[in-house]
Amino acid sequence: MGLELDGAVDSKELMNAIWGAILKLYGEYGASLAGISLIECDAAKKLAVLRTSNASINMVRTALASMTKIGDKSAAVHVLTVSGTIKALRKKSKL
Amino acid sequence: MRRTYADLHLCTNFKDYQKVSRIMGKASKLGYRLIGITFPPNSSNEEIQKIRSICAEAKIDLVSRVDLKPRRSKELIYDLRRLRRKFEIIGVSCESKDVARQAAKDRRVDLLNFSTFDFRRRFFDRAEAELASNSLASLEVDMKFLLTLEGVARIRLLSALRRETAIAREFHVPIIISSGVSEDMLMRKPRELAALASLFGLDEVVAVETVSANPLKIVKRNREKLGPKFVAPGIRVIREGKDC
Repeated sequence: MGLELDGAVDSKELMNAIWGAILKLYGEYGASLAGISLIECDAAKKLAVLRTSNASINMVRTALASMTKIGDKSAAVHVLTVSGTIKALRKKSKL
Repeated sequence: MRRTYADLHLCTNFKDYQKVSRIMGKASKLGYRLIGITFPPNSSNEEIQKIRSICAEAKIDLVSRVDLKPRRSKELIYDLRRLRRKFEIIGVSCESKDVARQAAKDRRVDLLNFSTFDFRRRFFDRAEAELASNSLASLEVDMKFLLTLEGVARIRLLSALRRETAIAREFHVPIIISSGVSEDMLMRKPRELAALASLFGLDEVVAVETVSANPLKIVKRNREKLGPKFVAPGIRVIREGKDC
């Protein structure tokens, strides 16, 4: 994911914002299906790697698109690439 | 072949050239190739050309657009007569049922837009869709409000959009998804707009068409009509001169 915001990215705030967006749109049941976890967050490059189940990828993509804030800062999150394995992801995105 | 993505509704202040340049740079980075900017009805051709050249620098094809907000259908007809040949896209914000019906049946109208906040003034019902399906109007959905609204307001908006898009699909009225934003932080990639459309029941394939093929079709049709060779639908000048 590419993160667009003024200031530094805090991984805890980022995860709270992602959970918040999923909860708002799909509720606790939907959030429980997503199975998300943050693999990596590069504050300098403003890039992050998020893991989710294949079945709920569209749900997570929608929730990420609906995010307008991380913490109290205006933000946008863009999905840069999707991959089945982290190895392939690094190859694709040249991380 | 790579898909061309379009956003027909950016509401930037077109006199702030720096902001326009920044927004176009970002649009290009997000993957758009065609952007519609709303101009006031009295804007000059020079102003539009200036913005067009800024867009060309960012490899963006600019589509000039005007949004009409008439109070009566006669006002709409007058505005259409005056502005149709000046702008490539005409959107009508339907504030009354009278205007909504006239806009839906008038072949000079490209996009129908409805109030986000007053749900009694969303007139896109089956009768409206039937009129629109016989003309060339498309239903436009601005995604800005899905990003900015929260709670009950967003729930009600999603419910209205779900109903309207289902009617539009039933009557084969094209759906156009636009951003409708004025700030660059609210701009989203075309695929992300399509993902947001799943919230009101559009499947992925249809949603992607609403940000690519559907807007491109309108622009292509209108550019052909505004071109010097167009005479009437299906008739165009092929050759001119004494030997014809």
